[in-house]
Amino acid sequence: MEYVISVLLSGISVGGQYALIAIGYTLVYGILRLINFAHGDVFMVAGLMGIYFTATLPISVSLPLVIILTVLLGFTIERAAYKPLREAPRMSVMISAIGVSYLLQNTATYVTGGQPMTYPDIPFLSSTVNVAGTHTKWVVIITPFLVLVLVFALTQLINHTKVGMAMRAVSKDFETSMLMGIRIDRVISATFVIGSALAAIGSILFFTNYPAITPTAGAMPGLKAFVAAVFGGIGSIPGAVIGAFLIGICETIIKGLPSSWDVSVFSDAFTFALLIIILVFKPQGLFGEAATDKV
Amino acid sequence: MKQKKKSFSAVIGISVLLLFVILLENISALIPGLPQVFQPTSPLFTVLKKAAVYSLVAVSMNLLNGFTGLFSLGQAGFMLLGAYTYAILMVPADQKEQVYYLFGGCAFDSSLMDVLGKLFGTSGAGGAVSMILSCLIALILAGCVAGVFAYLIGIPVLRLKSDYLAIATLGFAEILRAIFQWQKLGKVTNGANMIKGFPTFSSFNITNSSGQIVLRLSTFVPFLIVSLCIVLIVLLINSSYGRAFKSVRDDEVAAEAMGINLFRHKMLSFVISSFFAGVGGALFAMYVANAQAKAFTSVMTYEILLIVVIGGIGSVSGSVLATFLYVACSEWWLRFLDSEQYIGGFKVPLLRNGFRMVIFSIVIMVIVLFFSQGIMGSNEINIGALLNRFKKKERKQ
Repeated sequence: MEYVISVLLSGISVGGQYALIAIGYTLVYGILRLINFAHGDVFMVAGLMGIYFTATLPISVSLPLVIILTVLLGFTIERAAYKPLREAPRMSVMISAIGVSYLLQNTATYVTGGQPMTYPDIPFLSSTVNVAGTHTKWVVIITPFLVLVLVFALTQLINHTKVGMAMRAVSKDFETSMLMGIRIDRVISATFVIGSALAAIGSILFFTNYPAITPTAGAMPGLKAFVAAVFGGIGSIPGAVIGAFLIGICETIIKGLPSSWDVSVFSDAFTFALLIIILVFKPQGLFGEAATDKV
Repeated sequence: MKQKKKSFSAVIGISVLLLFVILLENISALIPGLPQVFQPTSPLFTVLKKAAVYSLVAVSMNLLNGFTGLFSLGQAGFMLLGAYTYAILMVPADQKEQVYYLFGGCAFDSSLMDVLGKLFGTSGAGGAVSMILSCLIALILAGCVAGVFAYLIGIPVLRLKSDYLAIATLGFAEILRAIFQWQKLGKVTNGANMIKGFPTFSSFNITNSSGQIVLRLSTFVPFLIVSLCIVLIVLLINSSYGRAFKSVRDDEVAAEAMGINLFRHKMLSFVISSFFAGVGGALFAMYVANAQAKAFTSVMTYEILLIVVIGGIGSVSGSVLATFLYVACSEWWLRFLDSEQYIGGFKVPLLRNGFRMVIFSIVIMVIVLFFSQGIMGSNEINIGALLNRFKKKERKQ
């Protein structure tokens, strides 16, 4: 029983962390129709920045700094690598995203020397707590609540502010909203800023509970978060969050199954199997709108 | 008539290239005292072998991405299938105990080579025949396994549009990687450990009875197989099927209206591309002398995709050229960036392990952003036109 609770708890927390990344994917895809392959690596870079800053600065300074610099990174990537290709075919933008991901991974390898880095202990988040007879870290308990608060704030932003309205308009129809006087570039930058900020918060939560960061540590969570976004219906924030929780819980359950079955290698593969099943049977996802092709 | 002349000159060109490779490989034995570059241990030959293997995979990816417009990211998965098929079929019976020691032996007790060895003998000319024949059969089977899987995967996946297709194929590659690392299949796939002991490129070097190498063929063999495969792909692209692929790429709706069966042609391109990716995977296993699922990650697919982009999406010769440049830069010419260098007494800053890849990825980003056509765009290298241009220049002078 205690084992079940601990598996479920960590599943929910992993799911929450995926949700924060998945929102970045779903927002960007909703607006640019681009799978931002570099988003997972932005998440990884945020983790590395956390390590380097906390080594020299106090926690209260370094964590906000991590979030600010990650936002700056996301903004720069959009301006440098995606904006020049706005008129180009979709494939070139995706290739550019893959190129950025390659660049970030290689730079991280260069800076860290390829060594796995351990994330520092953050007071309170890393301390253990006793829930229903199982010991877990506080971060596990806090994550789902923090995610819900952030998602609530984000939906308020999207539904009740001018920027949010512009975002919805752009994701509906790119060209018409341009004609309506919406400054597309600003809206897109705002999307990347929000996505990167959430990824930075996600990285703090994720890596506190994770043994080490390697330059490729962002790729897998990134892809899983993308699957979560597809599962929930790309462009839909509640969908992405539900998808992420589901994937996080299923993954931890698979990892927690008896070791004699030896199925833990499939914890990543499961996510992709889920992706293919959903793409085949319900391509628009749980909450997505069915796209119609005009000839 | 013109077509015949063209294909004739292509055959001549490839034969000259292959002869040149044999010569290059053996020149250090013929003329002693050549610089280190021509010695068999030089990075030149590593680059040539690796680039030959990669160029096949790059061209196969270009067939799919550049000529049919299907943005697939499953290449590493099909390479994995090819590599494992080749490795499992080719580990000789007397090596199996050692390779599969963690699992107490292999599920199959003899290999393709042993079967053919019984027919042709295992030593001397008979041994050579059985090895070459079994390698060829294993390579073709490696391609077939990848092709069959591509067919099965293609049924659900090829209905998806651009980026969904990319992520679904990427997902399949990851699933395959997990399956091949599953310990329960250890008797076949050796779990997460590598399979080795099968014939590699250097097994093709001709030795005399005392084991000394008489004629090196270890670079020639991949060149031969790869150029054969690329010629087949080029023939396909120039056929009516190739034209159908291009029309699917340019406008699906218009192509369908012209009577092209979209799904059938997409499937055909997907299966053929995967077949050659499988052969490329088997060759890759021969190049690194082992097969291990860990090597075939999505990073490998990205690398090949970037090569295709550098060469020009939709250009076979561009892909080949880009592969040789890419591999030569990453394995040889830019190696100096990874270690500390001094110019006079001045220590060049920033140089340390990993810097090469940073520079490399910046260059790639510059190409992707500012030279999106790549080296060749969608043109091909045309030797005839080049020659004509030279002739014209001569005439002017």
